[in-house]
Amino acid sequence: MVEIKYMTIWIVIPAYNEEKQIGRVIAGLFEHGWHNVVVVDDNSSDNTIVVARKSGALVVHHVLNRGQGAALRTGDELALAMGADVIVHFDGDEQFDPGDVKGAVDYLQEKGLGAVLGSKMLDNRSQIPWLKKLLIIPISRVINLMLTAAWLSDAHNGFRVLTRATAEKIIITQDGMAHNSEIIGKIKKNGIKFAEFPVKVVYNEYGQGVGGGVKILRDWILSVFIR
Amino acid sequence: MYKIRGFMYLIQILLALFALFALLKTKQKFSLGDIGRRDLLVWVLLWVAVIVVAIAPNSAAVFAKMTGVGRGADLVVYLALALLFYLFFRMTVRIEKMKREITVLTREISLKEKNSESK
Repeated sequence: MVEIKYMTIWIVIPAYNEEKQIGRVIAGLFEHGWHNVVVVDDNSSDNTIVVARKSGALVVHHVLNRGQGAALRTGDELALAMGADVIVHFDGDEQFDPGDVKGAVDYLQEKGLGAVLGSKMLDNRSQIPWLKKLLIIPISRVINLMLTAAWLSDAHNGFRVLTRATAEKIIITQDGMAHNSEIIGKIKKNGIKFAEFPVKVVYNEYGQGVGGGVKILRDWILSVFIR
Repeated sequence: MYKIRGFMYLIQILLALFALFALLKTKQKFSLGDIGRRDLLVWVLLWVAVIVVAIAPNSAAVFAKMTGVGRGADLVVYLALALLFYLFFRMTVRIEKMKREITVLTREISLKEKNSESK
């Protein structure tokens, strides 16, 4: 007899001043059948928290703004406490397509992976600004390789699918944007099986510029000295 | 230039007094438990060195010759710069660590609030 195990899947969305988009993001996820949604409001100054609650998400609120990495970890901890078997990291600014979640979760299960990392470079659905495509992403990939020892097609992507075991092992300590490299680095270090998966990214804003990249490097270097 | 009793410049006296004051403060901080033994030793050595160099500037020249820097005053400036850089670096690391601790606290508060809401 084939044993069918139903997985509890939780979507974790870190949100900071996303009142305009967060409602549509949650609605999109609900439409695709994902009803376990945690929104971590990182002390937004707008109505993100109200909109997210009205939209039906489980909302947790940071009393201080601590950054995207910090919000993700809070979301992970809440999802784990809610009994999540699989956690999906998803952005609150409508840059991801909720239609990609199922494929990524299925891929994780089919291949028996510990983590699936979204990549906008594996198909041509994403409209990537040319400067980003030709200059920033290639440089980020090399830096990412140096920091994490992983050669990925997309160095910075907030779409991730993690098993419970992975989320328990990977404790994000980078509060800012360096959490992305930290997660990949820890996946590699812990010998967790992972693969990339094509996801669509819509650029509403430009995203990480050069200044953001420099800050990530600074945070990363400093973290080496923190015990 | 003002020489006191014809053998010391005013700046030497001021520097030595300042270092003495700093020594006193260091001792107080150690007594209160604000700094550990290692820090106490480093700071005492530093301020004693400042007093020695202030009272007998030629002593720095001896070390400067030994290290090949040339002038005593240059050696003092180099060492002071190196120390400042080191202290700045240590402070940055400490602030970073404190930020992480604030995050842990923030998270605890958030999750506790959530927990009490659901009860």
